[in-house]
Amino acid sequence: MNHVNWPYPVQWEEEEYVESDLLVLGGGVSGCMAAIAAAEKGCDVVLVEKGSVRRSGAGGSGCDHWEHAATNPCSKVSPEELTAAMLDDNDGYNNAISHYIECREGYDRLLDIESMGGKIRDSEGDYIGALCRDEKTGFLFAYDCENRFTLRVWGTTFKPAMHRRLKELGVRIYERVMTTSFLTEKGQIGQRVIGATGVNTRTGKFYMFNSKATVLCTSRPSRIWLFSSAYPGLSEFRPTQCVGDGHAMGWRSGAEFAMMEKSVRAEFSAAGKSYPPYGAGNNHNTWYPASIVDANGKEIPYKNRDGQELHNFSDRFRPAPNQKFFLMGGNVEEPKYEYKGPEVYPDDEDDHALPLYADLSSIPEIERRIIWGLMIGEEGKTKIPVYDYYTKAGFDPSKHVLQCYGSGWKSASFMPDERQLFGLSGGFMNDWSLGSNLEGLYVAGDVLFASNCFGHAAATGHYAGRHAADYATRAERKEPYRFQVEQEKLRIYGPLKNDCMTGIDWRELNEAIAKTMRLYCGEEKRDDLLNVGLRKLRAYETDILPRTFAGNPHELTRLLEVHNILTVSQLILHSCLARTQSSAPLNFFKVGRSFEDEGKLIVLSNTQKGVQNREVPLDYYGSLAENYERYNAGYIRRRHG
Amino acid sequence: MDKRDVVASGEISAVKAIVINAHKCISCNRCVEICQVDALLPNPEKGKPPILQYPGECWYCGCCVMECPVEGGISLRHPLMNQADWVLKSELEERGRGSVM
Repeated sequence: MNHVNWPYPVQWEEEEYVESDLLVLGGGVSGCMAAIAAAEKGCDVVLVEKGSVRRSGAGGSGCDHWEHAATNPCSKVSPEELTAAMLDDNDGYNNAISHYIECREGYDRLLDIESMGGKIRDSEGDYIGALCRDEKTGFLFAYDCENRFTLRVWGTTFKPAMHRRLKELGVRIYERVMTTSFLTEKGQIGQRVIGATGVNTRTGKFYMFNSKATVLCTSRPSRIWLFSSAYPGLSEFRPTQCVGDGHAMGWRSGAEFAMMEKSVRAEFSAAGKSYPPYGAGNNHNTWYPASIVDANGKEIPYKNRDGQELHNFSDRFRPAPNQKFFLMGGNVEEPKYEYKGPEVYPDDEDDHALPLYADLSSIPEIERRIIWGLMIGEEGKTKIPVYDYYTKAGFDPSKHVLQCYGSGWKSASFMPDERQLFGLSGGFMNDWSLGSNLEGLYVAGDVLFASNCFGHAAATGHYAGRHAADYATRAERKEPYRFQVEQEKLRIYGPLKNDCMTGIDWRELNEAIAKTMRLYCGEEKRDDLLNVGLRKLRAYETDILPRTFAGNPHELTRLLEVHNILTVSQLILHSCLARTQSSAPLNFFKVGRSFEDEGKLIVLSNTQKGVQNREVPLDYYGSLAENYERYNAGYIRRRHG
Repeated sequence: MDKRDVVASGEISAVKAIVINAHKCISCNRCVEICQVDALLPNPEKGKPPILQYPGECWYCGCCVMECPVEGGISLRHPLMNQADWVLKSELEERGRGSVM
């Protein structure tokens, strides 16, 4: 490979000032919906995206199922029932407000996306006769098809449709701009957010965004415990560039975080250890309800939660006797008995020749086309790397069976210290407006604590966009504080001044952070080791960051991301130190500390006086329906008459 | 750093990630514009295919393939150790019957 002269203009001395009523940071699913909601209310909106909005974010390349659309006309479960189940299933350690919004408004967002040109129903009749198809609406449901609250969707059509809508609405889009810090009133930590800074990932140009209100819609953190500079991509669940920039910015500015002490043993990750998500044999989520066979072709039967064998294929879509409904397809997150769906239990491994395989050849043809074609085809990143790639390589689901490499939906066995923020991980603390503790800053999608999928991102994005737009109409504009801007410029451009021969590369630093986290913040936590980890990371911040090197705007972006990973790792260590007891629902094991669950969120922030925490009761949200209706009377009136 | 010194340094990557078919590529740079991590750079020589400058950063989302207007113009190449295996179901069944061991 050759040296290439930088193909874009180099503009790192230049500064652009951009004013708007509302600033949306991150143009993934939640960011697009936030900008659309606000612009539809007549708000002047600027959207900042590190990549290209048409396909950016964790849901940019697709999405095959839309969870918790409890208000769709076929659903037999209410938003209250479904939110209560999600809370109970996690012993209350969940974001009741954001998931209630998801349950209550997710279906509204699906209809919005359809009106923009996204495909949410089988309008061509390709799947007439399928078990979970509603003939009247053309909706295809997934998993629990008696209760019908999860829809199968053609998610590869969604982001391009949102992008078109943003342009129609006149939203000003700044692409290839990485947001780097919040601008706050008087430049002080903990004060009102009045905009943000950014840097162009191709030109290095500096941006100063000044706004009355800001919605943060960036990703959840990744590459904390696991990173491989050689094999970062294919097996990773979330995009390379989605590393939690917003979390790091928020922590530096005094935002409050909840549940950041929660991590799980890795399920899919960097370092190439697993197989492509949805690209190995399993019977969960997107692959539900594929059959599983052993190495002699012998099928392992599905059983319901009571251990009764299910003989008919259609029974895999039904709750057990006396069960109201089940959550998800296959026990991805190990649900409680109350919410456990049909599953394959290879409990006596002696009976089975290994390895196991996912078998679509023996299921009805139409159901096979739904799994291999619609689901594997539309999910996350499956259309090209799995569906297209495997098909071109000769995989025929009517004849071939695909090997399983791990238990459940996983395709590798990770070590206890190989961890990830996965399955309702931590994030920004929020109130009923999806406001953060910082005035003027709203939060949506994957930055929220206990966030999850596409529907949650779209619903919370729209909701935060509406509330932030309302705030912007009554808020005064404040001028950025020049000293804060200059400090940020010094920070972000520092690595360009260092020597390329001796400077430290972003990959080297990322590997070092990940190793520190594996060593000192593995499955079993001890305060002494957490403190050693914290000291190590602080040393990286004071001694190593000033020695990092970037040779062009692209490398600078990658390096600034690793600065953010370093910040977020410290936030995680502080959160682990702040929780004194072990907590099973948080997957949090502190050596020598009992599992007497404190039943409280420990909310942390970085203040002028140092790191502070406060305890918040798990039920801080109050009455769901009552509060929702109080905070959204205008929306309910406009939308539902 | 002097702006004139700004380059993308070459390096040998462990993975190829993306393969561009130079015979089919029409140099429209749509793949460059859709790539979320800028793994690809536009070729400084007009009319030449984009350059895969940062293969190690590819997430294999396949958006470049989805955007490419030419069938087979661009494709993914999975790392060897991440290529999953499949077999004919009939082979497993034969093995089960004891005819193949």
